[in-house]
Amino acid sequence: MSTATTDAQDLAPVRTESLAELLIAKERPQRPSALSASLTFGWRAILKIKHVPEQLFDVTAFPIMMVLMYTYLFGGALAGSPREYIQYLLPGILVMSVVMITMYTGVSVNTDIEKGVFDRFRSLPIWRPSTLVGYLLGDALRYAMASAVMLTVGIILGFRPDSALGVLAGVLLLLVFSFAFSWVWTMFGLLLRTEKSVMGVSMMVLFPLTFLSDIFVKPETMPGWLQAFVNNNPVTHVASAVRGLMEGDWPAADVAWSLGWAGLLVAVFGPVTMRLYNRK
Amino acid sequence: MSSKQPHRSPGSGGPAIETAGLVKTFGDNRAVDGVDLTVPAGTVYGVLGPNGAGKTTTVKMLATLLRPDGGQAHVFGHDVVREADTVRGLVSLTGQYASVDEDLTGTENLVLLARLTGHGKKAAYARAEQLLDAFGLGEAASRQVKNYSGGMRRRIDIAASILNTPDLLFLDEPTTGLDPRSRNQVWDIVRAVVGHGTTVLLTTQYLDEADQLASRIAVIDKGRVIAEGTKGELKASVGAGSVHVRLRHAEQRAQAEEVLRRALDDARIQLEADPVALTARVGESAAGAAGAAEQASRALAELARTGITVDNFSLGQPSLDEVFLALTGHPSEPEPPQDADLRKEADLRKEEATA
Repeated sequence: MSTATTDAQDLAPVRTESLAELLIAKERPQRPSALSASLTFGWRAILKIKHVPEQLFDVTAFPIMMVLMYTYLFGGALAGSPREYIQYLLPGILVMSVVMITMYTGVSVNTDIEKGVFDRFRSLPIWRPSTLVGYLLGDALRYAMASAVMLTVGIILGFRPDSALGVLAGVLLLLVFSFAFSWVWTMFGLLLRTEKSVMGVSMMVLFPLTFLSDIFVKPETMPGWLQAFVNNNPVTHVASAVRGLMEGDWPAADVAWSLGWAGLLVAVFGPVTMRLYNRK
Repeated sequence: MSSKQPHRSPGSGGPAIETAGLVKTFGDNRAVDGVDLTVPAGTVYGVLGPNGAGKTTTVKMLATLLRPDGGQAHVFGHDVVREADTVRGLVSLTGQYASVDEDLTGTENLVLLARLTGHGKKAAYARAEQLLDAFGLGEAASRQVKNYSGGMRRRIDIAASILNTPDLLFLDEPTTGLDPRSRNQVWDIVRAVVGHGTTVLLTTQYLDEADQLASRIAVIDKGRVIAEGTKGELKASVGAGSVHVRLRHAEQRAQAEEVLRRALDDARIQLEADPVALTARVGESAAGAAGAAEQASRALAELARTGITVDNFSLGQPSLDEVFLALTGHPSEPEPPQDADLRKEADLRKEEATA
């Protein structure tokens, strides 16, 4: 009982005069552009990282674990030595980890959407998708961090890319693809009722999508039906493109496929997400 | 306040809100079942009803957050579905639950919203600081909102809603769970806001809150408007008042009860906790307030004639509680705020907040 009373007494009184001044100011600035609103929501995502830095665990510890585990687990058997193997593995495991991290977008949308603040965002006269785009922009920053961490660990373990520019281009391509892929999760985040079900669905989609690719081994040794899947898996295209870029090549077809998939994902899941968002 | 000027008219000068046959169903549940409202611009309009009456759903439709399943709604003449974007530019919403981001600080929240409404970075920070200051939250500016008390949350919430003075402000149960002092402060803010030309639609389950703030009230129950009018009209429409009588001698109360019941044609008599006080309902059968006064004086004359000494008496209008009971046949719930209950609620909220 004492808390509430002291609380009310501690609170400075409302200053009606300053309040009046604020209320008189009727000037209303121009509404922000779509880009500006999205960037503002991106800033919100960054502030959240700042206040809850623990959430960076999945973009630091998890990727390091992935690199170490698979390099030493498969290295000897598949390429003679971990040092040999990481040359092939790192671009792929980078793609795998970042694509897996995208599912947290769905989880955070799902937990956030129930909060009252979403009602406020949705009652603002702004470009509707900007709230969600802001999430994805904040997440892009997380993906970039994960990429930097993994490349650093890789280089320590002996990964030697052929082109620094290629590394940058590869990471950029990966970010573009992940941004597009995240719309799948924003959709599930809005569609499913609980955080757990979002996680469950994510795993169902992500495990086959990332493992049944050319990330760990070249598809040549696989049975025909599996090759058919692997060769048409968007993750294979992205992994091949990133690998090629980091080797200093210009894998035009794979880059085109990756961007094509990205475009398709946004075109399909973007509108579905927005439809759900508007109805929520 | 001296430079108070007429608010720029955001529409035709018609009502702020006009709805006709508004319907929203969730599965089998008709949460809002044909609501007709006309809210005059520049006033506080109270929507009064118990939990689950459809108040929040109605507000959400008007604030473009829910799409109506039937009927029409216009805000300053703009259709809430077809011209949703225009409507969003005119309204502001303070939801039943904190409509600010609990993970961010007070300043960050207001800057975020200021940026989203088009303020430049510098202007956004300046505006945030002014608002926090005016709302007495200057010291809490750099604390995360999840560490705020219930009263502070309400303030930051309302501050966020008036970042750009809105033409229409929705306040959905703004004082639920607040201690009496914080509640009074929220009332002061509401009065200041409406004093500057903003129309306020206030939903509440507290009868005294509607009584305090609203000039017109709609009573809704089970998704329908069951009564609408000014406070006076509502009370008069129920057609009852009450006579409160204080006797000099407690031992005469039983006799007084008997006399009053006879004089007032079997009126309901309530014995108060105070052993010398009793209250009789009048005007229930007769026509309106005039009848009530006449009956009351007849009753007092009768008391005097039988030798019962009356120390004091007063003729009261029915409370909104009684209005609600008369209109719906069931009492409004919860009871009008008891201070102790409110404190308990406020404490709970605070515990939740700090947990």
